[in-house]
Amino acid sequence: MATMPASASDLLKSFKLKTKQQELLIRVSILCLVYILAFITRLFSVLRYESMIHEFDPYFNYRTTLYLTENGFYDFWNWFDYESWYPLGRIVGGTLYPGLMVTAVLIYRILRFLRFAVHIREVCVLTAPFFASNTTLVAYFFGKEIWDSGAGLVAAILIAICPGYISRSVAGSYDNEGVAIFALLFTFYVFVKAVNTGSLAWSLASAFGYFYMVSAWGGYVFIINLIPLYVLVLLITGRYSMRLYVAYNCMYILGMLLAMQIRFVGFQHVQSGEHMAVMGVFFLMQVFYFLDWVKHMLSDTKLFQAFLRITVTCAVAVGGIALGLGMVSGYISPWTGRFYSLLDPTYAKDHIPIIASVSEHQPTAWSSFMFDFHILLFLFPAGLYFCFKRLSDATIFIVMYGLTSMYFAGVMVRLILVATPAVCLISAIAVSATVKNLTVLLRSKNKVVQTGSTKGSGGSKSSSKALLDQSQPFQKNGAIALLFGAFYLLSRYATHCTWVTSEAYSSPSIVLAARGAHGNRVIFDDYREAYFWLRQNTPQDAKVMSWWDYGYQITAMGNRTVIVDNNTWNNTHIATVGRAMSSYEDEAIEIIRSLDVDYVLVVFGGVTGYSSDDINKFLWMVRIGGGVFPVIKEPDYLVNGEYRVDKGAAPKMLNCLMYKLCYYRFGEMLTEYGKPPGYDRARGVEIGNKDVKLEHLEEAFTTSNWIVRIYRVKPPNNRCPHNVETPVVTHLGDVFPNGSNIHGQSGTCNPQNLGVCLDLLGLVDVNLGNAPTKPCCSLIEGLVDLEGAVCLCTAVRANVLGIHINLSISLSLLLRNCERKVATEYICGP
Amino acid sequence: MESFGFCFLMLTIAILASPALSDLVLSKVDRRIYLTSHIVRISSTMKVENAGSEKESKVLLAFPEQQAKNMAYLIATPHEGKGKGKNPVVVLPVEAANPKDMPAALTFYSVSLPKGLAEGDSFTFDVLAVFTHALRPIPEQITQADIQLVLYQDSAHYLSPYAVKVQSLSVKLPDSRIESYTKLENTKIHGSEIKYGPYENIPSFSYSPIAVHFESNLPFAVAHELVREIEISHWGNVQVTEHYKLIHGGAQSKGEFSRLDFQARPNVRGASAFRYLVANLPPRAHSVYYRDEIGNISTSHLRGDSKKTELLIEPRYPMFGGWRTAFTIGYGLPLLDFLFESDGKRFLNITFSSPMVELVIDALIVKVVLPEGSTDISVAAPFPVEQWQETKISHLDIDGRPVVVLKKTNVVPEHNQFFQVYYHFSQLSMLREPLMLISGFFFFFVACIVYMHADISISKSSASYLAKQQWEEVQAVIQQVQNIISRCLTTHDNLEASLRDLSRTGNIQACKAARKAADGLLKELSKELKPLLTFLQSSPSAAQVLPKVEELVAKERELQEKVMVKHSTVVDGYEKKLGARDIENRVALQQQKLTALRQEVDDLLEFIDEI
Repeated sequence: MATMPASASDLLKSFKLKTKQQELLIRVSILCLVYILAFITRLFSVLRYESMIHEFDPYFNYRTTLYLTENGFYDFWNWFDYESWYPLGRIVGGTLYPGLMVTAVLIYRILRFLRFAVHIREVCVLTAPFFASNTTLVAYFFGKEIWDSGAGLVAAILIAICPGYISRSVAGSYDNEGVAIFALLFTFYVFVKAVNTGSLAWSLASAFGYFYMVSAWGGYVFIINLIPLYVLVLLITGRYSMRLYVAYNCMYILGMLLAMQIRFVGFQHVQSGEHMAVMGVFFLMQVFYFLDWVKHMLSDTKLFQAFLRITVTCAVAVGGIALGLGMVSGYISPWTGRFYSLLDPTYAKDHIPIIASVSEHQPTAWSSFMFDFHILLFLFPAGLYFCFKRLSDATIFIVMYGLTSMYFAGVMVRLILVATPAVCLISAIAVSATVKNLTVLLRSKNKVVQTGSTKGSGGSKSSSKALLDQSQPFQKNGAIALLFGAFYLLSRYATHCTWVTSEAYSSPSIVLAARGAHGNRVIFDDYREAYFWLRQNTPQDAKVMSWWDYGYQITAMGNRTVIVDNNTWNNTHIATVGRAMSSYEDEAIEIIRSLDVDYVLVVFGGVTGYSSDDINKFLWMVRIGGGVFPVIKEPDYLVNGEYRVDKGAAPKMLNCLMYKLCYYRFGEMLTEYGKPPGYDRARGVEIGNKDVKLEHLEEAFTTSNWIVRIYRVKPPNNRCPHNVETPVVTHLGDVFPNGSNIHGQSGTCNPQNLGVCLDLLGLVDVNLGNAPTKPCCSLIEGLVDLEGAVCLCTAVRANVLGIHINLSISLSLLLRNCERKVATEYICGP
Repeated sequence: MESFGFCFLMLTIAILASPALSDLVLSKVDRRIYLTSHIVRISSTMKVENAGSEKESKVLLAFPEQQAKNMAYLIATPHEGKGKGKNPVVVLPVEAANPKDMPAALTFYSVSLPKGLAEGDSFTFDVLAVFTHALRPIPEQITQADIQLVLYQDSAHYLSPYAVKVQSLSVKLPDSRIESYTKLENTKIHGSEIKYGPYENIPSFSYSPIAVHFESNLPFAVAHELVREIEISHWGNVQVTEHYKLIHGGAQSKGEFSRLDFQARPNVRGASAFRYLVANLPPRAHSVYYRDEIGNISTSHLRGDSKKTELLIEPRYPMFGGWRTAFTIGYGLPLLDFLFESDGKRFLNITFSSPMVELVIDALIVKVVLPEGSTDISVAAPFPVEQWQETKISHLDIDGRPVVVLKKTNVVPEHNQFFQVYYHFSQLSMLREPLMLISGFFFFFVACIVYMHADISISKSSASYLAKQQWEEVQAVIQQVQNIISRCLTTHDNLEASLRDLSRTGNIQACKAARKAADGLLKELSKELKPLLTFLQSSPSAAQVLPKVEELVAKERELQEKVMVKHSTVVDGYEKKLGARDIENRVALQQQKLTALRQEVDDLLEFIDEI
């Protein structure tokens, strides 16, 4: 027994790595684990539900990706999509950021090439987690660049599980942001690297990173404004250097040229107000360089001062005049509303209701900061402190990135996403610096212990002996306590992140899940039920009208043409739909007919208590509709400024199309035990108008939990009342007596029309052999003998229950009256 | 008028044609028409008698064109009597026939009798004919609340090129609710059964049309197209994937669909709709899934026992008349149950058609995907099928797997028979894919190793590259220095240990020997150290580390001296036989210095390590 450990330790010694190698091994394995962790923590949605695309926008991305795989890049680039925005259509190739789709298809092609027969859907579902994993790597390198490799590792771990990022990158969330955050962080990292090294290669890489970002997401505007701002700050703080000059100029020129290749962006880099800052700073850089040169040439400082003053004034004046001219001539477009709404949170509410109506565009509540960042929210200021303590070009960048993105995160909920990498990096600096300081404190004492027993495990006795020698007896205890505190906080963070991921962010929102009365899981799959019904049971060219939220899903899953969708490019068109929904039925039908609509789809949560349904969104429809068509006035739908659907609701509300479509026949429905029929569970009231009658629309389909209701637009009534909808086609059959022609084209049996004959049947019964009546016979005329009889039997049975007539006699009489002959005696069943 | 006329016409044809026909007579025909599902099955028992003198071995069956078009399946078996089902079923060969001088509106099949019929002999056999799309919904469009009525037409007399002596017909309906029917002489109704006949001595080619109009709310499940893919993996699995395109083939639904009504009284307001389908999968089916183009469908139930696995699937919505749906079900089966070997050939023995109950399939495509590298493929099917080959590229395939495609139209459950696919497959080919994976990973790691060790910088003469290389050399040297120092330290530890031994055993000689060995070792080590130090001094990139290294070496030397001094003092003490306490007192001061020095050396080592 005694020799065993000795030999084992010898063996270990031979395998023992140098400290450097050990460190590398640990670092690489931690990074690998973080890489895997970042991927698998995003798979909750696949485990809980299935491998499917989530939410709204991802469905469009999925559809376009499918198109790209099937038709190739050139067709995709020139794709005119007539299935959306009917009758306008949409130039898809020119109105989207293709980065995501191209990336997914590329991954798909590579996998196919490597002989992995995957489906494009799986690739799309897993694109976001894959890129999240890559982001952790970038975060590591970024952290290493701005602080040290320890901070890099912590940053990688923090960002791997940060809910703020997970919310947009779970499996199935196939959205631009999933790829764009990677591109954003990568561009920043490479740019900082370029500034630190002054290397042309790195700035070239940052230009390409920027190009990828531009191709992937509209958020590239953040990069193109943050970088000049950063450069400006460096210039002001006197940190101008040749490295900065090389990095910025190369990145700007190349990045701009590359970005122009994206059709959706086009010439915006030189024509739009939002991109002017970067150009201004570019010229400023040149002035700086020029001044530097002049300073170098001139030995006289006074002369240089004068020269400086003149040059700067001239440069600013020229820049100002150029900008002014550009603005006035319309060459440079002013800032867009979206840009304004970022800078001023109240702007959208007053001017662009369509932006304000989206829940993810609302200002962020404190709770959601807490929810998405947890302890990072407290570590962030601490990290800023450390950054300020060790100011460098890199830390200035991360500080600026953190502060600006935090402001934007406060303006819009969805921009928490942009702030997340910065918050993680800065917090990582705080964590890493603190832990490092504490461990240094601990290790300095442990050394005394180690001298006593170099190889053996330092027992507790020796350490306690060492403690006695301490000059500051509480320092170590304090450090240990603090370390434990830090690890406790971090473990709380990990628990919180996992919980949030599994509970809040992994729901696909297409499939709803709830807990049943016995704790069992109940699944509401109504959306897909409805979309699949549309896909299978409506004509190929049917047009579906719904509120724009569902547009992408209807086109992607239902494969039907929609009037408006989530690409809210045409406000008037959306307002038209909003107007139709908020008008009375007979006014609405005019709009519906003018838009060629065949089906109207509404989402209704009254039965299940699903609260994000169309009734709750209805005020936005009124607002957006009213914004374009002043006939729609919001106060008409409110009672004393209150929005209600019960008896006290405004009369216009109770009779508008949306209300009718949602509550059609709902008044007869018992939703909850002990409540009156027509009790709306989403709003907790008994509805005000229980007797909803529809004149121009009819219920075509309602899903099993009533969440989606689809109505068919009835064709307009015929002017001539005698013309029946399906006219009887006259066709005399073949000679074969068993009515073989029945299966071919022949007269249609429509028992309802044969109702005319009923009077006759009664007549016949009373006055045998009396005058034949023409209308009845003309109806039977088209039918073959036997079929006529069959048809009549049906008609008689369907309509005169309770009237006893001798059917067989009447029938044969009737047919004889119509000069028809039945081959054999034909008997209507008992 | 027309129909009578036609009968007359037929009769004339019959009379004209009869001389050309054989002298067979059907002495008894018993027909049963089952209308209890949307697949119409006519089962007839016939007794055929040879009234002529020539020997006859074939019997002709005639079907009107209308029926022939819808006929999916036809089988003739010898009549077994009452105790049937015991013997193995002998099937009489049936083939399409085209006898001369027959009316064009009729399609003929000829049944070969096992033995020729001599004069006066008789033979009894059963014929089962299965028809699809033979029920016609009338009215063609119904609302949600209506019940579905269908019409069936046939002849009360058995249409045959032979004269029939005695015949009867019974029509079995799903329900006793009959809307209307043709009443002839000898027509009786027993509950849900209508009986015609018996009729006697009916001449050949007689036709007496009947029509039955009745209620039928059975699922009219029709698959427009079904693609079954059976993929064999020799790792132990047969994966079956079935893509259905389904339609409710009954009366079209019209008007509103009210979910409220449907939920409140599904059997009244939605009687014609069907809500689920049942599939009887083979036993031990596993990993069953049910999905469609847009994702999983969560409404299905699976029950399994040792005999079968029953899968109940609900489409996303209730299927009303004319509504369509499309879905995919898939399941895995154990390979051992379906793959066998005979004469060096492997063969798959699996059922041909869908496991769904009472499903009509308009076009069935069965694809059997064999493992990559299979050769000599042949198919044995119990009925004629269209057949061709494809390749499919699946995971880790290089040139694709051979796929045998079989196509058949108008398929009914009777077609669900076993068929065989024979092929050659070498066991070694199984290892191809794992080996590919292994070699893939192997090359990946090799590439990593190469990357770590190879010098791949482009310019070998640039300043930074040279500096980097020098720095690496310096690092290596420092590593060596560290090694030497740590060996020195171990020697010190050995000396200390020898001292401890001395205090325990008092063996001065051993201690001296240890001292000698240590001296020699240390001398060697310092010799080794010298060239390294000179290298470091000469190298420009070592400038920043050099002072530390030199300090380390100096400290170590000092430590070495101190240890030696201590050692000599202690040994001296023992030689002079001083008390242990005395010696300790002498050494105490040295010991303190030693500890301090050791601490410094360790610190320095660590510092250098971190560079």
